[in-house]
Amino acid sequence: MAVIDLANPTRFLRIVDRVLPWLIAATVVLFAVGLYRAMSAPDDYQQGATVKIMFLHVPAAWLGMFGWALMSVAALGTLVWRHPLADVSGKAAAPIGAAFTFICLVTGSLWGRPTWGTYWVWDARLTSMLVLLLLYLGVLALYWTAEEPGRGARAAAILSLVGAVNLPIIKFSVDWWNTLHQPASVFRTGGSTIDPSLLTPLLIMALAFTLLFVTLHLAIMRNEILRRRVRSMRLMQAQEVHA
Amino acid sequence: MNLGSHADFIVAAYAMTLFVVAALIAWVLLDYSAQRRILGDLEERGVTRRSQRKG
Repeated sequence: MAVIDLANPTRFLRIVDRVLPWLIAATVVLFAVGLYRAMSAPDDYQQGATVKIMFLHVPAAWLGMFGWALMSVAALGTLVWRHPLADVSGKAAAPIGAAFTFICLVTGSLWGRPTWGTYWVWDARLTSMLVLLLLYLGVLALYWTAEEPGRGARAAAILSLVGAVNLPIIKFSVDWWNTLHQPASVFRTGGSTIDPSLLTPLLIMALAFTLLFVTLHLAIMRNEILRRRVRSMRLMQAQEVHA
Repeated sequence: MNLGSHADFIVAAYAMTLFVVAALIAWVLLDYSAQRRILGDLEERGVTRRSQRKG
């Protein structure tokens, strides 16, 4: 099957219906294994048991950024290639990305209080992550309040591309500025600085959250395609009444 | 499993994450059943999409 076949919403729905049960099963299994490994992981020598918040906070941060990167690619699909499913994909990624960014900020705050002594500081990493959440809320507002879906999609696509500038700022904020937040400790040149007893459950949890993201993304895309069918049928019905 | 003196912060982080993820899943499921129901109603009334029409 050619990739272009996925541009057909009916075919896409058939594939989603087939794939979703397997994705749900894999997500549940990975979360069961990940949570077991996270709860039985040893305490950190400095942070004690609060290191368990890392298993939520770090994957949420990655997926908050991943969601925006996905929206940026979808925005190119909407504006440049006018792919029929690109706008659907971008719109579906926004609420999931916003939810993960919110989880990242709240869990980070709850982790910061016992380790830093404060819930919040206006440093570069935390502030750029808050900006990401505000950008997500802006995109959601554009999608959900536009009277004409096509116009809302184009405006959201432009904001997605402009907002992508924030992604390298988030990533490199800990290197460019003097911040309270620790520098990169998983993906860095020279290897991870985290002990394998904590790194393994972290990576399993990250994979579980990623599968959750993909599952929700496909499910929301399916809902959006059905919503557009409803809209098109109602328009047809209205035209017949007026004819 | 001993969560130490900061157990409240750890439990709050996991509870909040569970709540947000559960709310997201509930919204997706409710939205799906609502769209299916509306589509079913429209089809029952004989409304079709342009692509489904013949000729």
